[in-house]
Amino acid sequence: MNALVPLPVLLPLLAAALSLVVGHVPAVQRLLNVLVLSGIVVVAAMLLVRADSSGPVVLQLGGYAPPFGITLIADRLSALLLLVSIVVMLAVLVFAIGQRITDRGRASTSTAFHPMYLVLCAGVSLAYLTGDLFNLFVGFEVMLSASYVLIARRSNAQRVRPSMTYVIVSLTSSLLFLTMVAVVYAATGTVNLADLTEKVGALPPGLRGGLALLMAVVFGIKSAVVPLHFWLPDSYPTAPAPVTAVFAALLTKVAVYALIRTQTLLFGDATSGAFLLAVALLTMLVGALGAIAQNDLNRMLSFLLVSHIGYMVFGLGLFTEIGLSGVILYVVHHIAVQGALFLVSGLVIRHAGTPSLRHISGLARTNPVVAVLFAIPALNLAGIPPLSGFVAKVVLLRAGAEAASPLAYAAAAGAVLTSFLTLYALSKVWVGSFWCEPRPAVPDVDPTDDVTVGTRATSRPMLLSAGSLVAAGAVIAALAGPLSAVSDRAAADLLDRGPYRVAVLGAERAGG
Amino acid sequence: MSIDLVTIVLLGLLYAAGFYLLMQRSLMQIVLGFVIVGHAANLFLQAAGGPPGEPPFLGVVPESAMADPLPQALALTAVVITFGLTTFLLALVYRAWVLLGHDEVQDDLEDRRVRRAEIAAEREESG
Repeated sequence: MNALVPLPVLLPLLAAALSLVVGHVPAVQRLLNVLVLSGIVVVAAMLLVRADSSGPVVLQLGGYAPPFGITLIADRLSALLLLVSIVVMLAVLVFAIGQRITDRGRASTSTAFHPMYLVLCAGVSLAYLTGDLFNLFVGFEVMLSASYVLIARRSNAQRVRPSMTYVIVSLTSSLLFLTMVAVVYAATGTVNLADLTEKVGALPPGLRGGLALLMAVVFGIKSAVVPLHFWLPDSYPTAPAPVTAVFAALLTKVAVYALIRTQTLLFGDATSGAFLLAVALLTMLVGALGAIAQNDLNRMLSFLLVSHIGYMVFGLGLFTEIGLSGVILYVVHHIAVQGALFLVSGLVIRHAGTPSLRHISGLARTNPVVAVLFAIPALNLAGIPPLSGFVAKVVLLRAGAEAASPLAYAAAAGAVLTSFLTLYALSKVWVGSFWCEPRPAVPDVDPTDDVTVGTRATSRPMLLSAGSLVAAGAVIAALAGPLSAVSDRAAADLLDRGPYRVAVLGAERAGG
Repeated sequence: MSIDLVTIVLLGLLYAAGFYLLMQRSLMQIVLGFVIVGHAANLFLQAAGGPPGEPPFLGVVPESAMADPLPQALALTAVVITFGLTTFLLALVYRAWVLLGHDEVQDDLEDRRVRRAEIAAEREESG
């Protein structure tokens, strides 16, 4: 069973190499990519079942004794997030194939999409499964390198500037990450997370606080927490819809996962909790207010993405079991719903020819299917029952009320307000672009690039994959019972830290 | 773990110079800034292993005299990663130069448009 743990990293990397070799046959590339991702979904599901029934699944690479070698570990949290992430990646892949941006295209002969998508998958898996701070850095780098290629691929004069912003900001945060690893090693002499748990606790409070802050900044940039969010609404909207969808669904959430993991394992006391709550409040409100000001559909969704990262930081800042359980539910819900919204926005742009809300009108009449597909995740994001957003928000608000500190109440009130602002922003889109008189589609500005827009025809794979992600919101809500049981147990593990340490280090070392 | 003064001063200078360059408008200066901060981070990682020592060969060198090999391995990995990303960044800067004809970082047009719309709305209200 332990041999399953490295598969989500190894399989896509090997497949990426193979995919490059068969680059001249797009059909084989597509099939390979779909097969590998489906395989990883199965592996992730098995890991989750195993981790939930009999504790974390651990593999020490190369047989080195911990804490010296590289540890891979799948506990409840990482296996659950891995499963959801890869399912969403699979749905987005089907959409990308349907949109034909993966093919050679009309003007270029690049076949980089499939290999890079697989490398991205390997990086995401590695970041979830690693039990080692430096390896987390490597996982992030693998994931981000692939994302640089995906966002800058075939960029024209309009797209090269935003992709540059994205690359430079990410690179800078990666260098800060590396600096943080150096500080951690200089202070403790280890980078193994389980080993660090105890050693960071023994550090002088000033150094501990500095480290916690450095980690918060590093993962704050990567997860686009206010005031470190400026790069996101600028760079995400310009990429093709599937690329934006997978970035929005996964990249920020991997950083949130890293934040949860490091804060609970290494720090997790009241001071950093208060700091995180204040940041969460700011993130929710600034993001939602920013979204209202936008008149570009993708930019508005990007600001909403920023604002909803705040909910996850809010639950983390409480450092209670129910708060963390709420965060886990929220991350699962948000991966699915944000991916769905960006895919549907891809459908809208394909139909209307532009993301500018001023030029889209009457979609509900001309394309009712897309209108329904937009309405469901929009209501879900705002937290209307009975969808998954409602379930996750209820748990978070209950956690805020139970914590019963002034800051927790303030953050909970901010969360409710943000929910209304989200609904307001999305209903503005609905009234302006889905109602009113239909307008003719804006013609394709650049017919030679790889995204066809302004066509009334939508391909079936695009509708199917967007529809399946939209349905995932309802499925998550239907499975809320078992899911919240798993997230409760995962949250208990996170606060206890004991099972994680015993699983990695063995009972004697962890005990003594 | 203690680090000697020369390394500390050098690290401080590298980080300061690198971040200064990263905040410039010219893309070439930003690339140089990335390279310099990358060097600073890698040097820091290397220095985190403590004072230099003998090569860590078990049975040849007494364990107390050995240098800590782990940060060296980490630094080596990080050097490879920063090197690869530097080449990618250079290629991207070159493409920006080919497509745009200059290497300045530009302002976000959509931000400007939102701001202009806001000012126009304020004028309408007051006038």
